[in-house]
Amino acid sequence: MTRGHADASYLLDSAGPAAPPRDNGELVFAAPWESRAFGVALALHDAGYIDWEDFRQALIGEIRDWEAAHPSGEGWSYYECWLRSLERVVSGQGLVAAGDLQARQSQLAARPAGHDHDEAGNGRHHGQPGHH
Amino acid sequence: MTSPTEHLDPALRVEALASLLTERGLLDEATVDNFIKTYEQSVGPMNGAKVVAKAWTDPQYRARLLADGTAAIAELGFKGPQGEQIEVLENTPATHHVVVCTLCSCYPWPVLGLPPTWYKDPAYRSRMVREPRRVLREFGLDLDDNVEIAVHDSSSEVRYMVLPERPAGIEDATEEELAALVTRDAMVGVAKVAAP
Repeated sequence: MTRGHADASYLLDSAGPAAPPRDNGELVFAAPWESRAFGVALALHDAGYIDWEDFRQALIGEIRDWEAAHPSGEGWSYYECWLRSLERVVSGQGLVAAGDLQARQSQLAARPAGHDHDEAGNGRHHGQPGHH
Repeated sequence: MTSPTEHLDPALRVEALASLLTERGLLDEATVDNFIKTYEQSVGPMNGAKVVAKAWTDPQYRARLLADGTAAIAELGFKGPQGEQIEVLENTPATHHVVVCTLCSCYPWPVLGLPPTWYKDPAYRSRMVREPRRVLREFGLDLDDNVEIAVHDSSSEVRYMVLPERPAGIEDATEEELAALVTRDAMVGVAKVAAP
């Protein structure tokens, strides 16, 4: 499952002299969900569940569609495109059926504010209000 | 075709996706966290800066780097996702190279980390190809008219890194001192390296 960890040790080399990467940079992720969407894609690829080129092609398609629909560029979010691609590839690969994903989303959306204990629904889904 | 759920908060959508994958044993949260931490903290332009500084101080390394970027970069221990095929482009007084990915945001992660926001922006991706001289000027890089600008569009096959020109007047600088001068923007080609 975590076969990438051994491989990834090469990545952890920053202890060296030429310190931090961000001196002329910016935060890599603007929000926690962006970093999670990033990490989930890499972890699924690392475990062999998704092919990176499939994901890249999905991402190219999502970006192209978004740009066609928003000529002004207003509202652009790279990681929204990334997340849509990830959802598409995950359901396309049959890892999680699109219907299951929507049901879980509805379930989480229906959660009372400040109460994010998610045992209650336990995945026995039937389309919540607002979809279909 | 957009599904109604695309209007949901993306944080909720990520949570829904990750929770289902985890329940099915397809996703390991520790691996997710490890990747995030790696690219937030460990992999970034300082890797590429070391490559550039070595190329500036070691002519044989420079030759190897230009002949086979991937292999020469791996000599310094930098490899991994999005670095399978890295081509290094050498800037000269006559030719200035700049990198873009018009279709998505391909970028040489092992040497530069994850791309900055502007690199992923639709405007950068489309305009750098059409009017590079003008876009570079907006970045503050005003190139002489007789300097040729070569725009390189990344792809799944090849990722590019620019080897900037070494600034004049610092012949005595060590490799480490040089590495500290090299910026991410210079390695994408939207800036030059300035002497301290």
